[in-house]
Amino acid sequence: MALLELRAVSKRFGGLQALANVSLELEQGTIASLIGPNGAGKTTLFNTLTGLYRPDQGEIRFQERSLVGLKPEKITAAGISRTFQNIRLFAQMTVLDNVLVGMHARLKTSLPAIFLSSPQFKRQEQEARVRALELIELAGLRGRENEWAHRLSYGEQRRLEIARALAAAPEILLLDEPTAGMNGREAQSLMALFRELIGQHVKAILLIEHNMRVVMGISHRVHVLDYGEKIAEGCPEEVRRNPRVIEAYLGQGSWMVNAQS
Amino acid sequence: MKRSLAGLALCLYVALSCALAYFFPQSALAFLLVEAGLFLLYYVPAPRRLKISLGALLLLVLFPVLGWANGYYLEVAIQIGIFVALALGLNIVVGFVGLLNLGFVAFYAIGAYFWAIFGSPQANAFIGGNLFPLSPNWFFVFLILSIIVGALTGVLLGLPVMRLRGDYLAIVTLGFAEVVRALVNNLDKPINFTNGPRGIAPITKPPLFFRPLLEFFGADVSDAKLYPLYFYFLILFLVGIIIWVTRQLENSRIGRAWKAIREDEIAAAAMGVPVVRMKLLAFAVGASFAAAVGVLFAAKQVFINPESFTFMESIGVLAMVIVGGMGSIPGAILGATGVTILNLQLLKGLSIWLNGLRQSGAILSIPLLGSYPLAQLPAQFEPAKYERMVFGLILIVMMIFRPQGVLPPGGARRK
Repeated sequence: MALLELRAVSKRFGGLQALANVSLELEQGTIASLIGPNGAGKTTLFNTLTGLYRPDQGEIRFQERSLVGLKPEKITAAGISRTFQNIRLFAQMTVLDNVLVGMHARLKTSLPAIFLSSPQFKRQEQEARVRALELIELAGLRGRENEWAHRLSYGEQRRLEIARALAAAPEILLLDEPTAGMNGREAQSLMALFRELIGQHVKAILLIEHNMRVVMGISHRVHVLDYGEKIAEGCPEEVRRNPRVIEAYLGQGSWMVNAQS
Repeated sequence: MKRSLAGLALCLYVALSCALAYFFPQSALAFLLVEAGLFLLYYVPAPRRLKISLGALLLLVLFPVLGWANGYYLEVAIQIGIFVALALGLNIVVGFVGLLNLGFVAFYAIGAYFWAIFGSPQANAFIGGNLFPLSPNWFFVFLILSIIVGALTGVLLGLPVMRLRGDYLAIVTLGFAEVVRALVNNLDKPINFTNGPRGIAPITKPPLFFRPLLEFFGADVSDAKLYPLYFYFLILFLVGIIIWVTRQLENSRIGRAWKAIREDEIAAAAMGVPVVRMKLLAFAVGASFAAAVGVLFAAKQVFINPESFTFMESIGVLAMVIVGGMGSIPGAILGATGVTILNLQLLKGLSIWLNGLRQSGAILSIPLLGSYPLAQLPAQFEPAKYERMVFGLILIVMMIFRPQGVLPPGGARRK
């Protein structure tokens, strides 16, 4: 039984079929990639998964439980958290506070306990702080915890988003173009981080990625979307050779053009 | 070494300014120096323990002593306390959660009328049995009840406006405050709930439960002299609690969730923050502060009418939060104190000074331009009347040179 299962999920925005009968399974202990040309519906799939959109049809099951119709915060609490394609950090908050917000659903202190500064509240805050610092270190941001989020460099901001997503203690981590705008070396170190996360911090990772070196190097399974439809699925090698995938990316007849030139 | 020197200097300053204010009880300037001492305490790097004990000494002993010498000082201090509490309440909604609320005074009005109606004969108009006014002891019950009433009305306003942000929210909250004001203005018929524009009086003051203790110590103090001191300590206590609660909230998951919503609502939701619940909580907490202060205000004033709760009051409190620095507790306190002092002391003091000059027949002589007898100065030229203009100027200057406010959040950390 797959950890996460999408069955025939569809989403339409007016005249645009953003997702059409997309099915997808994510197995425990794996990293899967979601690729496809711009506008293929990859981010829409993430938004549907995390409750920002409600699917028109289809079923999303996570650990035997349906996620359709749940609010974003409930889905996060259930164990799926994400990063964003266009970085959405809490700019006017510190790095540490950004990560601590990610733990919101895990902290359960009541209002009276907060007002009275009860020992339980203090202990929980202390534990949260320790855990947040661990995650900050894991993301390679050690020593930057009191810096304002907007003062971090682009690459650091992407890493902070990952730390923040991990703070929710998710089972599944959804990463939307985590290496966008990074150079080769930075991308390599992120890939190493993802491999480290599997099994230790999360059960599975699903990532949207355009950098083929990353996709081919890290994925156990690759899913390809085009115009909202899933056109291929398989291990990286299979997908690389799939004619429909090549066509989606390079356009029809491009083989001919390439052969002639 | 440097820090202990600074500590010594602080002690000297406080002692000197208090002595000045004590020996010149009519001098507004001397009192300003005392107030400035509180801010020096916050700013000057000195041993923390010393700063706290000096601050406590100033607030708990020296201020009341000075107030005993000149009752007006206590009045100023009480006003400052009221506005600090209001600014802290509004700071939660505007500063932490980033929801522009232009009708905050509505909650203040609700609190004030809550006690005014039941703490005066007014309630007899619609509840039979001649039970009212309630005995002074009920004041504290109503103070606590007002927190609940305020929170409920906060949620009541919050529910329909949950989907609004920015300008739209501002307009709705403004409308809400006007509706509340129109209600208290017109609910004198068919059943007389609020006595309309004539207002309600006399409102019962809180009980002097400590009187036996004073008599035991042989102190014979008149009520008129005792009440200002009593209100001073009440508001000090209330503000203390409000600061404590706000600080606790700020440094908990709730405060972090509020700020996250301010920064990016969608990301906050994706991180597991229940956005609607957190917004409602912010409305409720802010409103409960305002309502509690309202009860105190009604008891202090003895008479209230809808005039006290106009749109300009909301704007004034908002300006305090903006001047001080949105989202910062010290900022809200500084903003409220500074603006209140400006209104009650600086401008008024300047007016009195000018009037004095006018009556003394002083002549202003400007080289090359000749002289001008101040007695001819038109009566319209009175600084106290330019309160709003000075205020506007300050805001404009602030927006140009320091848009984040005097004490923005995390200011010390950023340096």
